Formats: sequence, structure tokens, C-alpha cells
Amino acid sequence: METELPILSQLPVTDIRKQFPILQRTLHGKPIVYFDNAATTQKPMSVIDAISNYYMYTNSNIHRGIHTLAEEATAAYEATRVAVQEFIHAAYAEEIIFTRGTTESINLVANTWGKQNIQAGDEIIISEMEHHSNIVPWQLLCEEKKAFLKVIPINDAGELLMDAYQQLLSNKTKLVAITYVSNSLGTINPISDIINLAHSVGALVLVDGAQATVHLNIDVQKLDCDFYAFSGHKIYGPTGVGVLYGKKALLTTMPVYMGGGEMIKEVSFKETTYADLPYKYEAGTPNIADTVALKAAIDFMNNIGIQQIHQHEQALLNYATEQLQQIPNLRIFGNAHNKTGVISFLVNGIHPQDMGVLLDNQSIAVRTGHHCTQPLMHRFGVPGTVRASFALYNTMDEVDQMVKAIQKSIKMLL
Amino acid sequence: MIESAAIAEREAAIVEAFALLDTWEEKYEYIIDLGKQLPPLEEKYKVADNIIKGCQSTVWLVASFSDGKVYFKADSDAVIVKGLVSLLIQVLSGLSPDEILQAQLGFLQEIGMMSHLAQTRSNGLRAMIQQMKHYALAFQSIQS
Repeated sequence: METELPILSQLPVTDIRKQFPILQRTLHGKPIVYFDNAATTQKPMSVIDAISNYYMYTNSNIHRGIHTLAEEATAAYEATRVAVQEFIHAAYAEEIIFTRGTTESINLVANTWGKQNIQAGDEIIISEMEHHSNIVPWQLLCEEKKAFLKVIPINDAGELLMDAYQQLLSNKTKLVAITYVSNSLGTINPISDIINLAHSVGALVLVDGAQATVHLNIDVQKLDCDFYAFSGHKIYGPTGVGVLYGKKALLTTMPVYMGGGEMIKEVSFKETTYADLPYKYEAGTPNIADTVALKAAIDFMNNIGIQQIHQHEQALLNYATEQLQQIPNLRIFGNAHNKTGVISFLVNGIHPQDMGVLLDNQSIAVRTGHHCTQPLMHRFGVPGTVRASFALYNTMDEVDQMVKAIQKSIKMLL
Repeated sequence: MIESAAIAEREAAIVEAFALLDTWEEKYEYIIDLGKQLPPLEEKYKVADNIIKGCQSTVWLVASFSDGKVYFKADSDAVIVKGLVSLLIQVLSGLSPDEILQAQLGFLQEIGMMSHLAQTRSNGLRAMIQQMKHYALAFQSIQS
């Protein structure tokens, strides 16, 4: 069997796997095959060490203290900001705002820029494949402002209908909030075209980068997006830290979000003046340890190289797609020409949850359900799917194990 | 609370049946069979009012009350959940409201199916047990 496997990438996967303690864990007597990477990736030792080292040697509150620990903690925290700036190619470090994650980043824009700029009758465009996190904040805003939410439809392959998008665009469009990569289908959207078209009618663009940042080279200046949001935990970093990138000119004029410490310049009971960027949006003591460790995750990815990672994941995707297509009555949802390592599927007559339970008993971790994209599931007329999503540490052998486990589950269920 | 002898007996029978099943495959095949054998609920009962909504699978539950006993019928769109539902019906259907309210359902632990009550499963099973007890409570108050 193994000799038939094609040679796929230059990635030293065996060495990489050794850096992930959780991949050494066994379940039901077998190593865990972790294919739920679109939900969250596992963490390399360097990230885990960065968190514990921070608490063991550096812990202190940042930006205020003048003692050595405070200085070191501040330097480490700010070093991550610069690392993120370079990672997504932002022009300025102060364009990087730390949040709890993508969801908070999107809500921040909706509650600041949105409240300031959206008026009755305005339109916000999203797509049919958005995660609930990029639907609900805009729904709330539209409700409050009596604005309208417009939705770009998709085709059966799971690709945006760009003609329909162009028809939706008008001088009423104030914002296009769209995902770069679909979490349920893996579709990579033509984000540059989407942004250029939006700008041509004077609309801003927020890119939900939650699923893209771990797979693709991100250059926010080249893309020319106005906002870009992503989460640390989906790029091998810790949970509880995320990023909002915004163009400096926008962030400067936007109103503040949360009030509190860190975000002020001067406070009196009569009036408060706010701190400069980026601190104006970072009220209160932030998640210092996890933010510091996010740099370790970015270093980890940079050391391997995003091109290498992408190549490896594409090889896994192609191989897994080929193998799964050979299983009778298995239907893959999302066959976009351009997609990341995500395969959503169903087997006729089998509820996704039943498949998930039996795969779990065979040490295969996949996601089942609607993946927080209920409108998308509606579009395909299914209650949910089984989703396997790949990361740089996954192997062809693991794909084989999954395929075998799926076949066994089908036999048990039908 | 002490479980009634009837419930203890029914649970013991299930635990005994599972004791004969050695592997996880055999256990799940048994549950899947139970799921397939549970008569499907008539369409007229598959209405929104009878739905116990889990995040991923749907369970329909109806209850009736006669001669001081509560009778349950249920269905699910996922066969493993349906099999577990079938076990719950085996244990709880045809008993008095008092007996149902006192049920501890420790057998789920003993047959190694507790994970299905975990919150992440979101399969409606936990909510189904609650709903069965709510019915029992409602019928108990009618009775008194």
C-alpha cells in the first residue's frame, strides 16, 4: 500500500510532528488522527513553551510599570505586534489591534466604524458561505441602523457568483464583509477582485481571514483590504488572542470600542481623551501571555514557509479527494476550483453525527454539524456535513486511516 | 432518591446484554440495530412541538398517560441517537410518574455510553431525559 503513495512535498512531516506533543497521544490504543484543523490547530512545543516561559520568567503588567519585568513583558507583547505586521505585510505596527479572536475583531468594526458610518438605507454585502461570526454582527448593525444586508449567492461547486456580486454593488453599498476562505467548503474566494470591485463603488472591505491565514500568504497592502481579521488559535497559536488589521487612516478616525485602562490618554470626570493607535482599541489588561506566544506560532510558520505548507496541504487535499470519491454514495460538498485542505462530505442515508461518533471510536477527529454556517447548509439542503480539514502535520497515511474508518463506519451503519 | 425495583431490573437487563458485547464495534452495532428496530414515529407526531432540538441531530418525543402509567414513543434522524433513545424507552416507558422522576439511569455509565450525554454531543439525548421527566412531572400533577 505505502509504496503506491505519491511523493508529495518537501515538508519534513516526521520531524514536524515531533514538535506537537498532542500528536503523540493515543486514543482507544491508536494515535489520534486530527482532522479538525479548521476548528483549531494543535500547538507546537515552542508555543506551549512561550506561554509557560512568560509566566515563569517575565509575567508583569504591560505599558505602565517602569520595573524590569514590566519592560520585558511590554517588549515581548509589542514584538508580537511587529511579527504580525510583517506576517500579513501591514504598513504600520499600529495597524495591528489585538483582540480575543476573529469574532471580536469583526464585532469591533461593526460597533465602531459601523455605528459611525452606516445609515438608514445603506447596504452591507456578505456572502452565502459566511460563518455566523461574519453574519450576526452585520445583522445587528443593519437592524439598528435600518440598513440592508445583501447576500452573494454561490454555485453548486461552492464558488461565489461574481456576476451576482457585481449586480449587488451600488453606491448604496458601504461595506463588503467577506471570508477569504470558506470554513465549511474550503473555497478560496477571488478576494482581490472582490476588493477592487467594492472599492470601485466606494465601499470598504472587511476580510474574514480566520481560515485563510494558516494556508495562504497574506499581504494586506497588496490586497488593499480595509480590515482583515483572524484568530491566533487557527494558525498554531494560543486561543484567546486574535488580530484586527485596519488601515491607519480608518482606525484613527473610528470611535473607541470599550472603555477602560490602557486605552486612555487622560481621564477626568469631565472628559477623557483617548490613547493613540493601537492602544485606543485595547482597553484593560490584555491577554499578554497568549499574545506573546502568538509570535512563537508565527515564527514556527515562517520557519517552515507558507509555500511549503500550502503545497503539502494541497497534496493532502488532492489525495484525500481522490480516495473519498471512490467510496460509493459519498458526496463531497464544495468542489471549488481553488480550495484549501477542507473536505465536507456526506454518505447517502447516513447522518453526519453517526459518522462522527464511529470515526471518533476509531481515533479520527473530524467535525460534524453545520460548522456555524447554517445558511450555507440550507443552500445545500442538508442538516450538516462531516468535515475533514488538514494541517501541515497531517500525512497521507492518516488520510488512508480515515478512508478505511469511513468504509468501516458505512458497513456498520447501513 | 432510590430507584424503583422495576427500573433497576430493566437497567440490569440492559447492562447484562452489553456485558456479552466485547468490542466497541459490537456495542455500537447493537445500538444501531436497536435504532433501526425502533418503529418510526408516525408523521403526524413529527411536528415542531415534539422536537427536542440538539445542535446536530433531532429527536421527536411523545408521551401518553393511562392507568397511572406514562408511555413514551420517540424517533431521531440519527440512528445511534435513536438506538440510545430506544434504550431510554425500554427503561422508562410504562412506569408511574414517581418511578420515572426517581430514575438515575446509571446504566448509561455502565454500558460505556456516558459520552453521549456530554455537552459537546449536542444530540438532544440529555434534553430528552429531561423532557421525559418533565412529562412525568406534568402527569404526576394531573394525577394528584
